[in-house]
Amino acid sequence: MKFLGFIIVCLTGALLLYGTGEFPDWGDPGSPASMHLSNDYIEKVVEQTQVPNLVTAVLADYRGFDTMFETAVVFCAGLACFLLLRDFREKKERFYRHVPTGVILHVKDSKKILKTGKEFEHMDKDWVPSDLIIKTVCRILIPFIQIYALYVVAHGDFSPGGGFQGGVIFGSSLILLAISYDLKTLVRRIKEKVLGIYAAVGVLIYVGIAAICMPMGGNFLDYSKLAPLVPGDPHHIRALGMLGVEIGVGIAVTAVMVIIYINIVSEGRHDEGL
Amino acid sequence: MHWPIDLIVLTFVIFCAIAAISVKDLLATSILFGAYSFMMCLLWAVMGAVDVAFTEASVGAGVSTVFFVAAVFRTSRRTKD
Repeated sequence: MKFLGFIIVCLTGALLLYGTGEFPDWGDPGSPASMHLSNDYIEKVVEQTQVPNLVTAVLADYRGFDTMFETAVVFCAGLACFLLLRDFREKKERFYRHVPTGVILHVKDSKKILKTGKEFEHMDKDWVPSDLIIKTVCRILIPFIQIYALYVVAHGDFSPGGGFQGGVIFGSSLILLAISYDLKTLVRRIKEKVLGIYAAVGVLIYVGIAAICMPMGGNFLDYSKLAPLVPGDPHHIRALGMLGVEIGVGIAVTAVMVIIYINIVSEGRHDEGL
Repeated sequence: MHWPIDLIVLTFVIFCAIAAISVKDLLATSILFGAYSFMMCLLWAVMGAVDVAFTEASVGAGVSTVFFVAAVFRTSRRTKD
C-alpha cells in the first residue's frame, strides 16, 4: 500500500512538473496575467485609491469580497477549534502549592476545590519553574512586538503588511506571554468570552463598513461613498476605508489565533498548558 | 560570480520537505516545517512578492509552528509508521 502511494505521488508530481513547462516565464510581459488586468492596476491604483501599496489595494478594495470571506473563514477556524476541543468538565485531579511552605498538594477528589489566593496557589501538572531570564526578556519584548503589530496593521496601505499579518503578530505576542509565564496568566488577562467577542467584532467591523456603503448610495464595499461621514480629504476615503477594514481583520485574526492556541495546548480545558 | 540564490533556497526547501516527512520525531517535524516555511518566505522575497513573504514568515514560520508544537505537546511525540 505504501509502495502504491509512493508511485501515485511520483506520477502526480511528474504530471505537475510536466504542466509547469507550459507556464509563462517569471515576469514575462507577454503572459496572459500581465497583459490585461495587471497593467490596469499598476496604472490606476494610486489615482483611484490613493494607496501606494498595490497589493493592499487589490486585496482590500478591488477584491474586497474575497478578503471578507477569508476573514469569515479564519473566524470559522476559531469557532471549529472551540467547538471540537473545548471541554467544560472539571479536571479530576489538581495540584496546589501552599505558598508559605512550598508544600505541593495533590487533590484527587474533583469535588474538593481549594480556594486559591494568598495561601494556596494553583499549579500545572507538569509544571517547571519558569526561568527568570526568559520571563524578563519576554516581558520586555512583548510590548515592542505589539507596537510592531499595530504598525504593520496601520501601515498596511504603504508598506507590506496588513490586517492578517499584524493580527498574527499581535496574537503571537499574546502566545509568547502564555509560553514564557503560564497559560493561566494569559487566560486571566484575556477572558475566553472577550476573545470570542473580539473575533466576532472583527468580522462585524469589516461587514459593517462594507454594509454602511449601501445606504449611502453605493454598492456593497464601495468605500468612496463613505466620504460624507469622514472629515478630511475626500480623495483619501478609499484608503481610510481599507484601513478600517484591515483593523477589523486584525482584531479577528488576533482573537482567533489566541483561541486556537489556548484550546490546542490545554486540551480545551483552559487550565494548564505549555 | 553570480550566485543563483533562488536555486540554493529551493534546494533547502526540498531538503526540508523530504526531511519533514521522513523524520520519526514529530517535534523535529514541526521545527522542520518552520524551517521550510522560512525558506519559502525567502523564496517569495527573492521573487519580489514581499506581502506574501511577510504572511509566510508570520503565519507559516511563526504561529503555525507554535500550533504544531502545542499539538505535539498534547499528543504523542513518536509516529506509529
